[in-house]
Amino acid sequence: MFEIFTRLADWLVFGQLGLSAETRLGDALHFFVEDTTKIFALLVVMIYFIALVRASLNVDRIRAYLAGKHRAFGYFLGSFFGAITPFCSCSSIPVFLGFTSAGIPVGISMAFLLTSPLINEVAVLLLLSLLGWKFTLIYIAVGMAVGILGGMLLDLLKAEKMLQPFAMKAYETKPNANLGLIPVKPLSLRARHDFALAELQDIIQRVWKWVFIGVGLGAGLHGFVPDGWMQANLGHGQWWSVPGAVLLGIPLYSNATGVIPIMESLITKGLPIGTTLAFCMSTVAASFPEFILLKQVMRWRLLVILFLILLVSFTLVGWIFNLIYI
Amino acid sequence: MKQFKVLGSGCSKCAKTAEMIERIARELGVQAEVVKETDIETIMGYGVMSTPAVVLNEQLVHAGSMPNRDIIEGWLRQ
Repeated sequence: MFEIFTRLADWLVFGQLGLSAETRLGDALHFFVEDTTKIFALLVVMIYFIALVRASLNVDRIRAYLAGKHRAFGYFLGSFFGAITPFCSCSSIPVFLGFTSAGIPVGISMAFLLTSPLINEVAVLLLLSLLGWKFTLIYIAVGMAVGILGGMLLDLLKAEKMLQPFAMKAYETKPNANLGLIPVKPLSLRARHDFALAELQDIIQRVWKWVFIGVGLGAGLHGFVPDGWMQANLGHGQWWSVPGAVLLGIPLYSNATGVIPIMESLITKGLPIGTTLAFCMSTVAASFPEFILLKQVMRWRLLVILFLILLVSFTLVGWIFNLIYI
Repeated sequence: MKQFKVLGSGCSKCAKTAEMIERIARELGVQAEVVKETDIETIMGYGVMSTPAVVLNEQLVHAGSMPNRDIIEGWLRQ
């Protein structure tokens, strides 16, 4: 089904531009054309249809659903909703406070916030088309596990005591616990279509540059890094390469859409799968701008704990997968 | 006099929403005061989780997207 994009790239790069597949430039350009066209086509079609279905799901509903659920189930649900709702880091603070002020435990809110950037429909689609279903399943399972276990750990450490005072007070007094839903009329097909179009525009506006940057870097790696290089230098699962990759990924920030083409390149170039996962997840989930936003509601201690949880869990993910796949 | 508050943490959509309300109010000749509220604690006080959100005379009337022209005219004509 995706062959058409390979053929398009063949035609454009090898046919029209007359480059050879043997040259580095030809190889890189082919990768770039194939992946950008494929990704944009997928994005446009899938975002639209998923948004049609999802039009009636909003954070208010999720909050109402999460409030008053048993904890054990709550972490799973928080992470699950994080995976199926689209996410913009600019809304993470209002969402976090909205959940907290309804008395939802911090760990469950964090399960939502940690999983949300890692897994979304666009990421899943890209993984499926670029790296296959097996890798996609692994990625989803790992992403949700990080959210669920991270959330549980935060509650065990009594994270609510390390919020900023006003947020702590909101958690204790639960001013929004009984806030009803803003009544929503059942959506007509027309309204769903409008929502889906707006959503499409919004997401494309937000991610197009990441796609170009991500595919550009992926193409560069693909064409210009010699095939044996990574295998020779980082391919033997040296223990330090995984935490190194996670640390390298933290100051780098990208969203899932941009990082997946890079994963594709890294894996085909022989970087071990665990190291690749660790690097990419840390790029997507942890970023300095995100931490600065969270500073509004969390005290330093909690931010440091969160940072360590991410560092340790991505490192463990990397090590485990390198062990399994070597 | 209609008092609008646009809630949001300074995103571009929030600024656009405030501008739109001001512009349409001028066009319709309705007196309206528009304030941008960025304080996260105040936003939480309205129970809002997705921004931009709009408060009209202390009543939350909209959340989660930029309101379109029809909706804004509706508020101004109330």
